[in-house]
Amino acid sequence: MADVNRGNRPLSPHLGIYHYYITMIASITNRIAGVGLAVGALLAVWWLLAAATDAAYFATVDGLVTSIIGDIVMLGSLFALWWHFFGGLRHLYWDTNRGFNLDVANKLSLYSMIGAVVMTIISLLIIL
Amino acid sequence: MVEFTLPKNSRVKVGKSWPKPEGATNTRAFKVYRFDPDSGENPRVDTYHVDLDTCGPMVLDALIKIKSEIDPTLTFRRSCREGICGSCAMNIGGINTLACIHGIDEAPKGDIAIYPLPHMPVVKDLIPDLTHFYAQHASIMPWLETKSNTPAKEWRQSIEDREKLDGLYECVMCACCSTSCPSYWWNGDRYLGPAALLHAYRWIIDSRDEATGERLDELEDPFKLYRCHTIMNCAQTCPKGLNPAKAISEIKSLMVERRV
Repeated sequence: MADVNRGNRPLSPHLGIYHYYITMIASITNRIAGVGLAVGALLAVWWLLAAATDAAYFATVDGLVTSIIGDIVMLGSLFALWWHFFGGLRHLYWDTNRGFNLDVANKLSLYSMIGAVVMTIISLLIIL
Repeated sequence: MVEFTLPKNSRVKVGKSWPKPEGATNTRAFKVYRFDPDSGENPRVDTYHVDLDTCGPMVLDALIKIKSEIDPTLTFRRSCREGICGSCAMNIGGINTLACIHGIDEAPKGDIAIYPLPHMPVVKDLIPDLTHFYAQHASIMPWLETKSNTPAKEWRQSIEDREKLDGLYECVMCACCSTSCPSYWWNGDRYLGPAALLHAYRWIIDSRDEATGERLDELEDPFKLYRCHTIMNCAQTCPKGLNPAKAISEIKSLMVERRV
């Protein structure tokens, strides 16, 4: 059947209306954490490069990294590191074809979140 | 392509609010996505009040009641009213499901929002264009492929081998899973999506099928199979309680196993 209107069809709503399952949130935040960590790693490399350049340059970069904003970024990176770590473990388990029952998958996501928060706090206690 | 916002012609406007039925004491509001291809206007959301005391228990009952008593222009697909034909798949209260087996009382409290299956071209109101979805299903060769001579009576299968098809053959191709998958939203042109992949696995592990290698070859592709990132929306939303995410994972394992 010829369809004269095909090019004009609207796209039905998606992200804006869909329910957020815990597995969906865990998946997208895991990816965001991964991207964020790549940026954070660049920051660390910049800091090391500055240390290898000269004292004045290092003082500037170190001042930025240890400022309030730097602390917030570092704290975020610390959480992202643990979150991504537990996300990796979750995916490793899934890669063995296990953990696909919904209650298990939901719990894996929840435990990853709890684990990431707890490990971030423990790491902070050790560092500070 | 990842595109979080809707194109200009797809932005949803506030539509008409129909009056409450007279004399009804137990009503619930249904906010239903409407699109009229003949009007040239953007989609809108109309509000209908349904008297639950004179309505059947399922969301489909409410839609049929709206169509027959309030607004006959409301358009949706339906057929079997018992969850076996897959026609009335739509987004109800934020999740994809079959309207006929989804109770009105199962929807989240408050008004019930009803949209067509997400991220699909809309033909009219709650009817999405599933042409591409069906073509993807056809592409995985959803039939028994054999090379040996056809047996005199039938292709035999042990009880154990038959059991491997449980949880797969029940799929009714309603498209709830594929259209709930963010990966399918962004890459649906090349990613096959959970429904087609579940069917692919159903034939891959069928002991009678003799094209397993070819089937796996066909799926060995960065997009067709590997856009699945275990988001799990498919399994969360399947109205038949199936688990496409697990089936996809099994295919990925077979890909690895045949190499070692």
